[in-house]
Amino acid sequence: MSPPRRDYAYWIGFVVVVALLWAAPLVLPGSWGRFATEILIWGLLAMSSDILIGYTGMVSFGHSVFFGLGMYGAAAALLSVKPPNLWLALAYGLVAAAVVSAFVAYFATRLREIYFSITTLVFSQIFYVIIFTWTEVTGGENGLTFSQPPLSFLGLYSARFTPTTLHWFVLAVVVISFLLLRRITQSPFGKVLQSIRENEPRTRAIGYSVERYKIVAVMLSGLFAGLSGILYALQNKFAAPDFVFFVISGEVVIFNVMGGMGTLVGPVAGAAFFFLLREGLSRYFTEYYLIPVGIIFTAMVIFMPQGILGFLRRRLNA
Amino acid sequence: MLLRLEDVQTYYGKSHILHGVSLEVQPGEVVGLLGRNGVGKSTTLKTIAGIVRPAAGQVTFEGKPVAGLPPYRLAHLGIAWVPEDRRVFRLLTVLENLRTGLERPGVSEAQKSALLDKVYAYFPVLAERRSQAGGTLSGGEQQMLAIARAMMLEPKIILLDEPTEGLMPRMVSLIRDIVQRLRQDGVAILLVEQNVPLTLDATSRCYIMEKGAVQYHAPSAELKNNHAVIRQYLGV
Amino acid sequence: MAIPFDQILIQTVTGLVNGMILALVASGLTLIFGIMDVVNFAHGDLVMLGAFVGATTVAVTGSFWLGLLIAAVTLAVFGAAIQITTLRPLLGRDPLTTILATFGISLVLQKYAIWQWGPSARQIVEPISGQFQLFYLQYPWYRILTALLSASIIGALYLFLKFGKYGIWIRATTQDRVMAAAMGIPVPLVHTTVFAIGAAMAAASGVLFGPLGGVTQNMGFDFTLRAFIVVVVGGMGNLGGSILAAIFISLLEAYASLVVSPAQAVIVSFVALILTLLIRPTGLFVPTPK
Repeated sequence: MSPPRRDYAYWIGFVVVVALLWAAPLVLPGSWGRFATEILIWGLLAMSSDILIGYTGMVSFGHSVFFGLGMYGAAAALLSVKPPNLWLALAYGLVAAAVVSAFVAYFATRLREIYFSITTLVFSQIFYVIIFTWTEVTGGENGLTFSQPPLSFLGLYSARFTPTTLHWFVLAVVVISFLLLRRITQSPFGKVLQSIRENEPRTRAIGYSVERYKIVAVMLSGLFAGLSGILYALQNKFAAPDFVFFVISGEVVIFNVMGGMGTLVGPVAGAAFFFLLREGLSRYFTEYYLIPVGIIFTAMVIFMPQGILGFLRRRLNA
Repeated sequence: MLLRLEDVQTYYGKSHILHGVSLEVQPGEVVGLLGRNGVGKSTTLKTIAGIVRPAAGQVTFEGKPVAGLPPYRLAHLGIAWVPEDRRVFRLLTVLENLRTGLERPGVSEAQKSALLDKVYAYFPVLAERRSQAGGTLSGGEQQMLAIARAMMLEPKIILLDEPTEGLMPRMVSLIRDIVQRLRQDGVAILLVEQNVPLTLDATSRCYIMEKGAVQYHAPSAELKNNHAVIRQYLGV
Repeated sequence: MAIPFDQILIQTVTGLVNGMILALVASGLTLIFGIMDVVNFAHGDLVMLGAFVGATTVAVTGSFWLGLLIAAVTLAVFGAAIQITTLRPLLGRDPLTTILATFGISLVLQKYAIWQWGPSARQIVEPISGQFQLFYLQYPWYRILTALLSASIIGALYLFLKFGKYGIWIRATTQDRVMAAAMGIPVPLVHTTVFAIGAAMAAASGVLFGPLGGVTQNMGFDFTLRAFIVVVVGGMGNLGGSILAAIFISLLEAYASLVVSPAQAVIVSFVALILTLLIRPTGLFVPTPK
C-alpha cells in the first residue's frame, strides 16, 4: 500500500497536467494546438500498447492494425450513415477494433514472446495488404475522406466541433480511458497480468488460466488502440492505409520504450517526447530526424530500458 | 602455488552462494572438495573457471589475479573445467568435441596429433567412436569425452565436478585410474565428489564445505579415519 | 480456369530463383539467431545497404563482381561494428530487448540510406544479359545465375561450418556458449564474426537482387518480414530448414501470383507463417524432436 502522501502528490500532479492540457489550445498558437491534440491521441495509443508490453510482457509489433481498423470503422460510419453521427462512428470503430483484436488474440496468445511479436507484425501486414488492395471498399492507396460529425447528444444538442472543442473532447476521452486503464491495471486482474510478465510458468502453476488473461489483455489493448484510431479519424477527417502500416506500430513501441513501460503515463510522456524530439531535431536534420531519434532510442533500450519515467522515478526515489 | 582462493564470495542473482571460500592447490596435487548437496562446491569450481564472477575475494592462478577474467582466457592460462553434467557438444562428433580444445594458437599439427593419440590411448572407446555425434554416447562415454576434451587444453589444473555421478561401478574405478594417470602426468586436479571413499583414495588432501564456505581441511589419509568429521559434514 | 502449363513452369523457376535469394538472406538471419539469440530486425536493411553499396560500386567501376565483393566486405565490417557497439552489451538480456534494439538500428539504417544516397532508386545492371530457351519460353540467364550464386554461397557457408576449425568454433558456440568459452573458444569474437558473415550474406543478396527488383530505400522492411517468416517456418536456428522454407514460400507466392496480384500474393507467406505457428511451431521443416 503506497503511503497516502505519495498518492496525494500523484493526483495533484495529474490534475495540474490535465489542466495544462485543457488550456493548451487556448494559449498555444494554431498548429501547436492541433499538435497537442495529436499527442493526446498517440498517447492513448501508446497507453493501450502498454497494457501488453508493460503489464503483460507481450511486445506487439502490430498495434497499427487496431488503430487503423478503428479509423476505418469510424470512416465507414461517417460515410454510410447520413447525417454523420459521432457516437455511431465510435461504435463502428470500436466494433471493428474488437473484431480484429479477437482475431489476433485467438491466434497469437498461445505463442511465446518473439513468435507473438512476429505474428502481430504479420497480422497487421495482412490487413495492410487487404486494405491497400481492396480499393472498392477501402479506397485503396488513397484512403477515404469524410466530414467531421457534430457533437450531439440524443438529438437535443448539436454543435460543430472547433479545433478547441475537439481537443477538449479528445482530452475527455483520453482522461477517462486513462482512469479506466489505471483502475484495471491496479485491480486483481492487472496484478495477474503483471505476474504473467514476471514469471509466466509460475503464474500458470499457481492455477491461473494464462491464455484467458492474455486474450482479455489483447482485446483490451486493441479496443483502446481502436479508440485512438477513431479519434484520429475524427480530428483529421481521413483514413489511409499508411496508418495500418508497420511504421505506426514501430512508433508506438518507441513511445513505450522511451517513456517507460508499465506505467501508463510513461508511454504518453514517451509520445510527447518523441514528437518534441521530432519538432526540435527537424530544424537541424530536416527529414533525417529519425537518425538521431533512432540512435537515442537504441541507446535507451541498452542503457535506460526503464524509460524516461522509470529513470525519473528512480532519481526521485533515491 | 598453482591456485589460491581467498575469501571468495559469489552470488547467483540474489542468492548468496559462496560466503568466503578459501583454498589452495599446489602444482600436480590432487585435492578433494567435499560437502553435502547445495553447499556451493560446483559454484566454487565455476568461479575458478570464470563461468560466474565472484562478487568479492581473490582468485590467484600461478601468482596472477584472475577473478573476473572470461572463461576462454582462463582456459588458455591452463584451467580446464569438466562440468557436472558433462556438457559434451551433442551435435559435434567426438573428434570435433576434442578439437574444440585442440585448436588453440601456438599448437603445431604434430603436437595436435600427439595429443589426440595420447587421449585415444587413455580412452580407446573414444577412438572407436570418433565420428559419432557426442549426443549418441552413453553416460560413461560422455564423461570420458568430457575429461578427454579438457585434456586437449594441456591444462595445469582440471576442475572435475562429480565425474562419477550416475556411472556404473566399473566406470567409477576407471575414473579413479584416470585421476591417477593425470596426476602422474603432473596435472593438478580439484575434485568435487559425492563419492567419499573414492575421493579419499584418490586425493592427497580434502577440503570440506558447508554453508558456502570451507569448514574443515585435512590430509585424506587422516580423514579416512575421522568418522566423526565425515558424519558431521557429509552425513554418512 | 485452366492455367497454361508454361506459366506454371515460369513461376516454378521464378519461385526457385527468388527462393534462393531469400534463402541467402534467411540463412544469415537464422545463423545469427541460433548463435546469439538475436532476432535481427535490421537484417533486411543490411540487404538494402548492401544493394546500395553494390550499386554505387558498379556505377563507379562498371564491374558487377566487384560490386558484389565490395558490398559484402563493407557490410561485414559494418555489421561487426554494429554488433560490437549495440549487441554485445545486450548479451544475456531477453530476446525482446534485442529485437527492440535491432528495430532501433533498422530505423537509423533506413534513414541513413536516404541521407546518403538520396530518395531515388538505383539500378544495378545485370552482369550477363540475354535469355535462353526454356522449353518454349524465353528466360533471362541472369535469373539462373542468381540462383546458382546464392546456392554456391550457401554451399560455401555449409562447408565452412562443417569442416575447418572456425566452423567447429561456431557450431560449438551455437550449441553451448558457456562450455565453448570454457574450452578456450573466444565467444565474443565468434559472435561478432557470425554477425559479420550474416551481414555479408545479406549484402550479397541485395546485390544479386538488384538487377531483378531494383534498389530502393524501403526494400529492407520487405526482406526483413519475409526472412522472419522463412526463419520461423523453417525452424529458428535451423539452417537447412530455412533454405527449404525459403524455397517453399517463394514457390507458394509465385504460384499465388498466377491468380491474384503480386501485392496480394504476399499474403500466402503470411498465412504459411500463421499455420506453422499453430500446427508445428518448432518449424515445418524441422524433424520431429526426439
